[in-house]
Amino acid sequence: MENVILEMRNITKLFPGVRALNNVNLKVKENQIHALVGENGAGKSTLMNVLSGVYPHGTYTGQIFFKGEECIFKDIKDSEKKGIAIIHQELALVPYLSIAENMFLGNEQAKNGIIDWGQTISKASEYLSRVGLKENPNTLIKDIGVGKQQLVEIAKALAKDVKLLILDEPTAALNEEDSAHLLEIIVDLKKHGIPSIIISHKLNEIEQVADEITVIRDGATIETLVKGVDDTSEDRIIKGMVGREITDRWPQRESKVGDVYFEVKNWNVYDPEDETRLFLKNINMNVRRGEVVGIAGLMGSGRTELAMSIFGRAFGGKITGSIIKDGKELEIKDVGDAIANGIAYLTEDRKSAGLILIDDIKNNISLAAMKKISTNFVIDSNREIQVAEEYRKKLNIKTPSILQKTGNLSGGNQQKVMLSRWIFADPDVLILDEPTRGIDVGAKYEIYTIINQLAAEGKAVIIISSELPEILGMSDRVYVMNEGRIVGELDKANASQESIMRCIMQSNREG
Amino acid sequence: MDNIKITLKQNIRQYGMFIALVFIMIFFQFLTGGVLLKPLNVSNLIMQNSYVLILAIGMLLTILTGYIDLSVGSVAGFIGAISAVFIIQMNMPVWLAIIISLLVGALIGAWQGFWIAYIRIPAFIVTLAGMLIFRGLTMVILQGQTLAPFPNSYTGVSSGFIPDFIGSAFGVTGINMLTILVGIIASVMYVFSEFRSRKEKQKYKFDVPSMPFFIAKLALVIFVINLFTYWLNLYKGIPSVLVLLGALILIYSFITSKTIAGRHIYAFGGNEKAAKLSGVKTNRVFFWVYVNMGVLAAVAGIVFAGRLNAATPKAGVNFELDAIAACYIGGASASGGIGTVFGCIVGGLIMGVLNNGMSIMGISVDWQQTIKGFVLLAAVAFDVFTKKRK
Repeated sequence: MENVILEMRNITKLFPGVRALNNVNLKVKENQIHALVGENGAGKSTLMNVLSGVYPHGTYTGQIFFKGEECIFKDIKDSEKKGIAIIHQELALVPYLSIAENMFLGNEQAKNGIIDWGQTISKASEYLSRVGLKENPNTLIKDIGVGKQQLVEIAKALAKDVKLLILDEPTAALNEEDSAHLLEIIVDLKKHGIPSIIISHKLNEIEQVADEITVIRDGATIETLVKGVDDTSEDRIIKGMVGREITDRWPQRESKVGDVYFEVKNWNVYDPEDETRLFLKNINMNVRRGEVVGIAGLMGSGRTELAMSIFGRAFGGKITGSIIKDGKELEIKDVGDAIANGIAYLTEDRKSAGLILIDDIKNNISLAAMKKISTNFVIDSNREIQVAEEYRKKLNIKTPSILQKTGNLSGGNQQKVMLSRWIFADPDVLILDEPTRGIDVGAKYEIYTIINQLAAEGKAVIIISSELPEILGMSDRVYVMNEGRIVGELDKANASQESIMRCIMQSNREG
Repeated sequence: MDNIKITLKQNIRQYGMFIALVFIMIFFQFLTGGVLLKPLNVSNLIMQNSYVLILAIGMLLTILTGYIDLSVGSVAGFIGAISAVFIIQMNMPVWLAIIISLLVGALIGAWQGFWIAYIRIPAFIVTLAGMLIFRGLTMVILQGQTLAPFPNSYTGVSSGFIPDFIGSAFGVTGINMLTILVGIIASVMYVFSEFRSRKEKQKYKFDVPSMPFFIAKLALVIFVINLFTYWLNLYKGIPSVLVLLGALILIYSFITSKTIAGRHIYAFGGNEKAAKLSGVKTNRVFFWVYVNMGVLAAVAGIVFAGRLNAATPKAGVNFELDAIAACYIGGASASGGIGTVFGCIVGGLIMGVLNNGMSIMGISVDWQQTIKGFVLLAAVAFDVFTKKRK
């Protein structure tokens, strides 16, 4: 029996209205790589935040033992002192500082507050060679690629004398070569006595490097699979991840699907930051009248970028391809054109890109279609109030008044205001990006009902969602996206969580 | 009823500042021994502050987008200088000189707007550069000299009064008939528009205030309008610049509160990304706000040169700061998306009354600056505290 270095016992973490973690148990042994898998929102990140002290002791129940001692972390500093280092998906490096400066940020090699640059550089070089990175320590972070930045993060952890390394989606932004190198380094660290916890969606990588795999679903530990003892194949892991029965969480809809109404053809979109990089590759898709089409895919697969590029080129540098509605090719140069041509896009990020939080409900609803309530560019404010009242009743927006600032509303009601805006714009094609993100179950059901009504009116609806059950519950047909391409099209009969995951995994393997 | 409560709550800052203005006026009325509100001084107050108020209106729009314009003082000085060159040195007709000056103002605005909106150089930097550029050019054009005097038709805009042609036509003396009549006409128009909007609201079956309440409000406003015109009548009648200022206030209040263009400016400042994803042509909005600022800076420049009856190299120094302060005191948010024309006028008047009142009391300029600084800080701190309490 190997020694257990970390044990998390009966961890329960509550958020207002949500039980994010429910009696989760996790045991990590010395000299092992432990993988943590689960769907988006299953609670992996919350668990790691509990471990690293982002959520301090007392805000959760349960116990954490590290090297046999019970840990009471008040903040991240405490967990770092014990040697627990977490590397987040979004790297915490300062772009205009050098590799060496970043590596010792908050851990400066200094005497009496004065930095010893000689020691800084020589130590930096030492740790860089340990992670196999051949770069001058004086190079600025912004000048090296994401893969190398990832290695700098690991070197930074090593410099702090790390005892347990946690990596959250370390290879999500990396190409194959960089991913392979990174995994090698992690295996190498394990051999030198530094175990790690790795969170990843790339199950093939997990299958390759992990010694034990813990599956989390809906905030609870489902099982721990041990390599060489249990079956640790991808299919087996997927089954653990998605194994929930789909209950009746979706309102019934009798779909009356008409002719093909909206088409995107040979759609290529270049990265706006890097004109040579093709971000979305040869996308072809269509939606019929009265049809709800889902787009599934992992985070970063390009779903949102696809939607925004269609919606008046709101994303992308150079774009080639055509958009056809009702048999006619559309000429769309900006968002205004897209709206004029009957396309609507509900953004995934209602706070930063959707609502004007400091403005009231009525102004937020009318924003995309002010011409409908104006004569000669002068707004009829009475008509505006009337419209807002109408949507407040129709969509059941819970608020004392339509003059309430949208920033004061709950997530579900904010989402309804956004939906009101786009329904009032009276589009033919609606693209809904994460329409129910972060809202409670009751509001979700209401929004599903609204979506069904829109489809019943003969509108073409596209739903993008990270929640596979939602995609499956709502869609007549599902497109699967991965790494900027459409890698599968499944009709309702063939769409399942397993088949969608399989499409993604297969395309990953083909690379 | 809930609607009214929320409207009141959201506008409390503005009404608060309006009430503060009234108190400050009463306060100085006492301290100056009744000089502040003498008819002569009221006319003075209007004329002294007109150019800063004009700048404040333009500045409000830039602040609504979330930025400021530091160049307006220099631009105003520059426009005063070129109009002096046109009229005094080149003998150009006044009307033509004014039109060209306004066009130059628009061009300057377009130049800065181009860098700010399309190239996306921070407005702070572009207008800081503009502040230096146009101050420099003012001195170049004037060669460090003062150009004076202007013809009466030019200075009349800022320091003249509307002649009482009605009174003289009927041979009435001792009372300014035109001024009194303007008060009455304004009252009638106000009553008419209030009744119309009430009727519209009833047509939509919205709640309207009860009839006694409505009549009381009308009576109060009519009283204030006519008291004001009566007061002006006691001196020389309506200052011409008040007509200009009044027109600008009405037009810009209308644009900001009633038109699509105005709403787009608020949306831009409230959340640029959201505005863009709702079809607002954000770059264009941004650009035109600065073009507009250029034109209003030109108007202010002409008014100031006319009042001074001279174009000087130092004209307009620090005007931008007064205009910015007026907007912030009047409830505009430094992060954009919040603020009204009414508010910035109230803010400008608070500054103006403080200046004027302290000058009458013989408080030195250094202390005036200090006190104005504290007032600005206090007004914004009040804003921050009320927001936090919510």
